[in-house]
Formats: sequence, C-alpha cells, structure tokens
Amino acid sequence: MRALNRKLLRDLWKIKTQVLAIAVVVGCGVAIIVMALGTMRSLEETRAAYYERYRFADVFAHVKRAPEYLAERVARIPGVKWVESRVVADVTLDVPGMAEPATGRLVSIPEHGRPALNDIKLRRGRALAPDRPDEVLIDETFAEAHGFRPGDHFFAMINDKKRKLRIVGVALSPEYIYSVGPGVLVPDKRRFGVMWISREALASAFDLEGAFNDISLSLLPSASSAEIIERLDDLLDPYGNTGAYDRDDQVSHAYLSGEMDQLVAVATVAPPIFLGVAAFLLHIVITRLVATEREQIGLLKSFGYGNAAVGWHYLKVVLVVAGLGVVLGFAGGAYLGRVMTELYTEFFRFPFLYYRLSPDVFAMAALVTLSAAVLGTINAVWRAVRLPPAEAMVPAPPAVYRRTAIERLEPRGLVGQPTRMVFRHIVRWPLRAAMTTLGISLAVAILVSSLFFYDAIEHLVQVYFHHAQRQDVTVTFTEPSAERIVHEIGRLPGVLAVEPYRAVPVRLRFGHRSERVAITGLEPGAALHRVLDARLRPAAIPPDGIVLSTKLAELLAAAPGDVLTVEVLEGRRPVRQVPVAALVEEYIATPAYMDRHAVNRLMSEGPVLSGAYLQVDAREAEALYRTLKDTPVVAGVGLQTVMLRTFRETMAETMDIMISFYVAFGGLIALGVMYNSARIALSEHGRELATLRVLGFTRFEALYILLGELGVLTLLALPLGCLIGYGLAWFFAWSFDTELFRIPLVIERATYGAAVLVVLVAGAASALIVRRRVDRLNLVAVLKTRE
Amino acid sequence: MASAGSSHDRGSLEEPRGPQGTASGPDRPERRRAFVARGLTKVYGKGEVAVHALRGVDLELFEGELAVLLGPSGSGKSTLVNIMGGLDLPTAGQVFFHDLELTAFDERALTAYRRENVGFVFQFYNLVPSLTARENVALITDIARDPLPAEEALALVGLAERLDHFPAELSGGEQQRVAVARAIAKRPEVLLCDEPTGALDSKTGVLVLEAIERVNRELGTTTAMITHNAAIADMADRVISLADGRIAGVRENATKSPARALAW
Ligand SMILES: Nc1ncnc2c1ncn2[C@@H]1O[C@H](COP(=O)(O)OP(=O)(O)OP(=O)(O)O)[C@@H](O)[C@H]1O
Ligand SMILES: [Mg+2]
Repeated sequence: MRALNRKLLRDLWKIKTQVLAIAVVVGCGVAIIVMALGTMRSLEETRAAYYERYRFADVFAHVKRAPEYLAERVARIPGVKWVESRVVADVTLDVPGMAEPATGRLVSIPEHGRPALNDIKLRRGRALAPDRPDEVLIDETFAEAHGFRPGDHFFAMINDKKRKLRIVGVALSPEYIYSVGPGVLVPDKRRFGVMWISREALASAFDLEGAFNDISLSLLPSASSAEIIERLDDLLDPYGNTGAYDRDDQVSHAYLSGEMDQLVAVATVAPPIFLGVAAFLLHIVITRLVATEREQIGLLKSFGYGNAAVGWHYLKVVLVVAGLGVVLGFAGGAYLGRVMTELYTEFFRFPFLYYRLSPDVFAMAALVTLSAAVLGTINAVWRAVRLPPAEAMVPAPPAVYRRTAIERLEPRGLVGQPTRMVFRHIVRWPLRAAMTTLGISLAVAILVSSLFFYDAIEHLVQVYFHHAQRQDVTVTFTEPSAERIVHEIGRLPGVLAVEPYRAVPVRLRFGHRSERVAITGLEPGAALHRVLDARLRPAAIPPDGIVLSTKLAELLAAAPGDVLTVEVLEGRRPVRQVPVAALVEEYIATPAYMDRHAVNRLMSEGPVLSGAYLQVDAREAEALYRTLKDTPVVAGVGLQTVMLRTFRETMAETMDIMISFYVAFGGLIALGVMYNSARIALSEHGRELATLRVLGFTRFEALYILLGELGVLTLLALPLGCLIGYGLAWFFAWSFDTELFRIPLVIERATYGAAVLVVLVAGAASALIVRRRVDRLNLVAVLKTRE
Repeated sequence: MASAGSSHDRGSLEEPRGPQGTASGPDRPERRRAFVARGLTKVYGKGEVAVHALRGVDLELFEGELAVLLGPSGSGKSTLVNIMGGLDLPTAGQVFFHDLELTAFDERALTAYRRENVGFVFQFYNLVPSLTARENVALITDIARDPLPAEEALALVGLAERLDHFPAELSGGEQQRVAVARAIAKRPEVLLCDEPTGALDSKTGVLVLEAIERVNRELGTTTAMITHNAAIADMADRVISLADGRIAGVRENATKSPARALAW
C-alpha cells in the first residue's frame, strides 16, 4: 500500500467514531431514498403489470338498471376498446361465528369464458361451475380473516331472501387491490369482502336479467377519458347513472396512488435534510483535518507531491466516509424496503409483489450522496490544495479572537472566564455555530414532524368519532323508505335512539368545476351525527341551502353565498340551484350536507329515508345484530366501535413502524451533529483544556468549557427545531391532503416535549462519550509541545 | 543498583536527616521544608522498552527558596517537577508537600492541590487564546481563595499596559509574562517553572526571569525552575543538578546575582 493511503487509513481510524456518526447520517438519507423510491417503483411496476395482465378497466359507471344492448352502444363510443357489463350489489352477510353483520360486494362474472375487463386471479380452489347459482369465489383477505376454505359457506341477504353461498375458490382482482367497504375509513378484513358469483345467478336474484347495473370500459391509448366519460354519461343517464368516473376516482387505484405520492413526498423531503446535515458534518471534519495536518501538507508538497495529489488525498477521505454511508444506506434501505413491502401486502393485495432492488435507484442514491458530500467539502479540500508549502511549514498563527458585541453590555465580573470562552468560541466561527444549530434543530424537526402524526390521528379520532359521528350503528336501506321505518327500527332490541337520514348521489357544479359526491340530509337538530364548524363546535344545518365540507368547497372554489348547480344522479334526476349556506370541517372524504326535508324537497319526493343512525345499548348489541342480519330492508350495517377499533389498529400497524424509523433517524441526526460538534471542540480546545486541568480546573469545569458551546447552540436549536418541525408537519399535512383523507395540523405540547427529550438524550450521550476523553487528557503531553 | 538514593533515610517527616550526597543539603533546622521527596523512581513503559526517568531521587525544597534544576536533556527534570506539581505519580517513592503526602492522593485531591497551592509556568506559555491577558489571569483568580487582583498580578510582571490584549496580539515574552502573572495571581505556595525562557531570546528571557525573581522575593513563593541554561543558575538560592535520573549534586549560591545581571 502506498504510504499516503496508509496515512489516510490511520487518519480515518483516529476519528473512527466521527466517521461512523457521519456515515450513519449519510446512511439514513440513502436508506430513505432507496426505501421510498424503491418501494414506489415496486408498487408502480407491480400495479402496472397486474393491471395489464388482468385487464383493469379505465372508466367505471354504475346505473340502476340498463338494458344489455346499451353495452354495445357504449362499445361504439370512439376511443373505447373493451366493455364489460356486470351486476354488482352490496349485501349484508351473516358469517358463521361472527355476531355482527358484514358487508359483501357481489360482483358478477360471466359463466363462460373470462371477463373482458377486471379479470380475477384464482388463488385457491376452482372456478365457478355453470348452473350453480350458490357458488362464489371470495377475495383472499376476507378468506384469510375468517379462515375460509373452499367448501365452506356463509349466508347473504340477497334481495330480501337469506341465501346460503358456498365458497369454491379464493381470488384476487386488480379492482380491489385495496378493498374498503362502503362508508368505512380503513379496510376491515372481517367485515367487508368481495365475492364473485355467476352473472346469471346474480342477475336473476336482483331481477336484472338482460340488464346490467355496472359497466367498465377500457380505452384506446389515444382516447381522452374526460370526453368518453361525458358521452358515457349521456348514454347512461336515463338508466339511473350515478356518474361515470375514471381510475383517479376508483377507490383502490386512488389509495394506491395516494400511497405512492406519499412515498415520493417522503423521498423529496427527508433525504435532503440528511444529506445536507451530512455534508455539513463532513465539511467541519475535513476543515479540521486540514487545519491539524497543515504542516504535513506543507511537508508533502515540499517533498514533491503535487496539489492535485494532496487534493485527491483529502477528497478520498470524503469519499470513503460518504461511501461507507452509502453502503450502510443500501443495506438499511433494502431492509426498510422489505419491511414496507411486507406492510403493503397487509393492505394491498397483489397476486405478486416483490421488493425488487432496482439498480438505477441505488445508483441515483449513491450519485446524489457522493455529490452532496463532495460539494459540502470542496471548500475545505480546496484550502489544502491552495496552501503554499512554505507557509504550511510554519505553525498556523493562533486563532484571533475578539470581544463579542454582547459582552460590551455585560458588566465586567458578572460572567466568569469559562463562560466568556464559550461565547467567544461561538462568535469565532459564527457560520459553523449557525449550521450546528440548524443541524440540531433539523433533528428536533424530524422528531416533531414524525411524532405529529400520532397527534393528528388522535385529533382526527376525537373529532370524527367523539364529536361528529357519535352514533353506534349506521344502517343503510336497500331502497328509500317511508318515515314509519323509524318507529320500526326504534322497536328493535337495544335501540335507544334513531336518527334517520336521506342521502342522494349528486354532481355539484360551480363555474367550470364539478364534483361527484353524496348529499347527506340530516334530521334537524341531529344529535348523533353532527357537523362541526371551523372551530369544531357543533353547527346547525340550516333549513335551506347546502353545507359543504371545507375540502369540497376548496375543490369547487365555492364559498358561502355562492349558488351551486346540483344535478341529482338518482330518481327523477332533478337539476337545481342551491346556495352554499355554510362550511364545515371534515377530515375524511368530501361530504356535503342539507336538511333532510330540504333533500326531500330537492328530490320532489315525499318524506323518504336512505338510512338511520342508531344509538344502541351495548348489552343488547348482539341481539340487534342478529335481527339486522335478517332484516330485508337493511342493505348495510356500519358499526362505529368496530370501525374505530380497526382504524386504530390499522394506524398503529402502519404508523408505528414508520414513526419509529423516523424517530430513530432524528435521534441519529442529533447524535451525529452533537457528537461531531463536541469532538471538533475537543480537537480545537483540547490543549487549552489540558492546560486548565494542569492549572487546577476540575474535570467538570473543563467539560463545561468544552460543551458549553454545544449547550448554548442546543438551547437555541430546540425552539428553532420545534418551529421547523411545525413547518414540516404543515408540509406533510399539505402533501397528504387528498379528497379521501386529510390530516389535521395538530401538534400537542407533549410531542414537542418528546422531540426535545430525544435530542437532549442524544446530547447527553455525546457529552458522555466526549467526557471519557476529557478524563483521559494527557496533561503532561500538552506542556511538552507547542501547538 | 547503586544510586544516590540507595542509602536514603526513610525516617519521619518531623525529623528528616538527609544523607550525604542527596539534595537535602546541610542541616539547617531553621529552614522549613516545603517539599520532601523520598526514593522517587519513575519508569515509563515496561520490559524491553522501559525508560527509567527517575532512579531514586531524594530531594527537599525549602520554603521561600528559589531552586534551579539543571541537567542535560532527558535527565528527568520535567518528570520530577511534574510529580511535585501533582501532574503525575511516581512509580515508587513518596512526595510530601508540608505534611500532605501527594503520592497518596487520588486524581480529585491532586486537582485540588494544584488549584490551591501550585502555580505553573510552561515553556510554551499555554495561554487561552480566546481570553485577553487580564482574563487569562482572571481565569485563575476567579477560582482562587485569596487572589491578587488580575491587574496587580499583571503589573507585577510589567504588563499593566497590555491588559486587554489577546495572546495573538502579544509577543512571546509578553505571553510568558502573562503566564507568570497567571501562575502567581492566586498567591500559590509554590511556583513551578519548566524552561520558562526556553522559547525566548536572552533579552526577553531576562524580563521573564525578573518577574519570577520578584514574585519569589516579594511574595515569598517557593520556586523551582528548570533550565538547560547554566547562566540562569546564578539567580538561584540553590542549584540542583540532575543526571540520568539521579541527583548529581546540590550547590548553594553564596551570593545570588539578580536576574537583571544575567545574560547568555
Ligand atoms: N510519557 C513518556 N513516555 C516514555 N518516556 C518518557 C515519557 N516522558 C518522559 N520520558 C522519558 O523520560 C526521560 C526523562 O524525561 P524528562 O522529560 O523528565 O527529561 P528532561 O530532563 O525534562 O529533558 P528536557 O531537558 O529535554 O526537557 C527521558 O528519557 C524521556 O524520554
Ligand atoms: Mg523537560
């Protein structure tokens, strides 16, 4: 090995802990890039392959009942490639061994041949046999949740009749990669299942022979989905069309896209923080290295090593440290990617999903990282290159200190010399002090903005479940029903209160914008399902006008007072002008509300209801569930406590892992910055400290001078970090803000406290490590040598 | 192994009787001892590479005297002074400071001993670059029990005019005089100087020596000063010579020449 390389290794070995600390910070950044982009890529590619192989449709529409020949007319719309008409119905299920009712989505498949679109992948068992109307295939999640095997059975309330369905196979569909039941926040594997049944059987059960109520289209690559949706709507509107939509509004596709967007957001925000901090740390370490090796540099040059050789030597130090970080990051990223992918298989059902290590993601991460490292240190390396050998051989002039401006305000004698030293060290390298402060505050910020998700979710739960939707059970009816059903439901076991509602699908138009939503007509003075104003106080629904959730108002660019065009997509499909009466705060979906009677008036219908919110005596819940499962008029039963439980479980499953990673990352940044800062201080002031120890200063006093600077910077960094953390939380809330879901920007004081605590612990750990070195300072050696 | 300390008396402190050929000098009961060292040996390293820096040193320093330690490079001068200053512990032997046995102290007690009793002056000044002359002295007076005011200490070494200068703004001689002021400002009982003029020219060196001499005279500080420079020995009360880790001789100066008169 060349002597210079040996020196390189020895230099690195001497500062190995610092090297490791920096490499770990680099590694965090690389790991996040590899994990986020790698996982994103896997999801994207897997989804694309899945869609293609199983012919996932591009446009979807649901109607009440349309004659089959209409499908042929749809197929003739220019730009349409394939059309598949189906019968789809949500039914109440009675699953053996489960008290509460579940919801099943029955999807028809042709008795012969494959569906043209939205094909299914049979995972176990066999396909449906012809002329066996009681045979179904069920989706894998539902099967796993109940331990169903081919041969098992359950019951479904199909068009007022309880029918026994026999499971012959288990399947997956690109339409339900993410499968969530109607009116539910997160997937509930036990209470929502998709099942495929023969078209004939389903059509005859729902009196839809020779007709369909669901149609899917695939488009030619050149086609515009907006145009085709318009023409499709024109064709379907007479048949109870609820409005065609494309993949962007298809639940499974939209959730998956949202997840990918979040991965991209993470990959955009987090790595620059880590790489920026790492570049800064490398900068101070290399600057210090060049300063301490000044005379060696002069020596090398006077022996004939060229400037380029010296520059390359120090650049190699940078590359080795960053390279070590890249290797750590690759390993960490591959691991995190696997963890993420495993997590995804919980929520996203693919027939195949593997975390492929894409070489270009790795290459990109390595390139970005090494560039950041070189960019961060080029200045320090350049200093070594530029150093004239003659000057380098002379010891560096002592650092010139100045009295700080603040000190002029200080009455002499109030502050001891050690404190004065601390302040002068800070002021001597103000930029470095500022960067150190920024580095520590970024650690705080990462902690605040990752722990913030707990606060946000808790707040969301409080608002959604405890302030707004306080019902225990939501019942939806198969058909709009007359008011007297309220009294019938009120007589069911355990029902304490009934609050009916009327919901109608509509298209809201304002200006050139339009949104497809449901208007929920709430009973005046509703106490179970309430709406909340911007300050989260219950708001009354005015007798006239429409109340929009803030997100919906934003999408429509409408404000109170504006008049919307409401196109009802049900019944006689009236089109009305309705003024916006107020806005309400909602974190989930984009609902709109009206007074129930106003909805009935809007529909020019009598006092009919779509469903009811119930308050239930928990002791009689099981009896109620049994009754509801056998009640023909009931299309679906939503259970609030179950929903809350699954919501919490899902959030815990997904968030705990990610948040613990980010907390660890934040702690590592804090440790990296603080440990390096303390080590640099020790390297710069070690001689002074040893002298002070000789002069009778205690270890503690020496440590105070050494770490006082870091302490002051940390104290400055904590509030700054909380502020930046708030900003990052705002960014995350903003980037996660979709039509499906919004995250309230709520950060509890305890979260700031926890973030500060983690950073302080990291600081204490760094101090402890450095303390051992202060204890071992060689007092005699400093007296022998000139600096 | 025969050595100057081989026949030394391990008697009590109350009645030390230095054998012939050791550094305790002639019996003079009226002089009180500040330091007594008995059988000091210091070995660095082990086995093949072991270096015997001190090979059995017996030594006494009297209160208020100015002793100069002379000897060739590597003879153990710094090692001896460092042990007396509580910076290092001997491999064997005892050191007493009055009735305190330094060799029995732990790290914490040694720190307190240095803090309260010892003033150091080093060859390379070792000032704190981020503090002015005044503040470098204040660094010590802040933690001392009955210190001189920093300004007074600096005046004593002739630097009353340079109070607010940083080390980078002072010449080597001035820096060393700040170091002397810093060492004596706490009115230490002992002043230990390791080649205080080693990095200075003759003229500047004399200024520093004058400062030391003045402190010794006016404050009565027991002073041990290491030097390579035999000329400097003339300002001492006693000159202790070391060679190869042993006391090679002790000479008492009948007349001390003032530092001002020295030149080399
Ligand atoms: N830390 C150490 N490790 C090993 N050997 C040491 C150490 N310190 C001193 N020595 C050795 O001990 C011997 C005495 O050293 P010391 O520093 O006391 O000499 P000195 O008389 O002060 O010399 P000089 O006049 O050159 O300063 C020398 O041989 C030296 O090499
Ligand atoms: Mg020496």
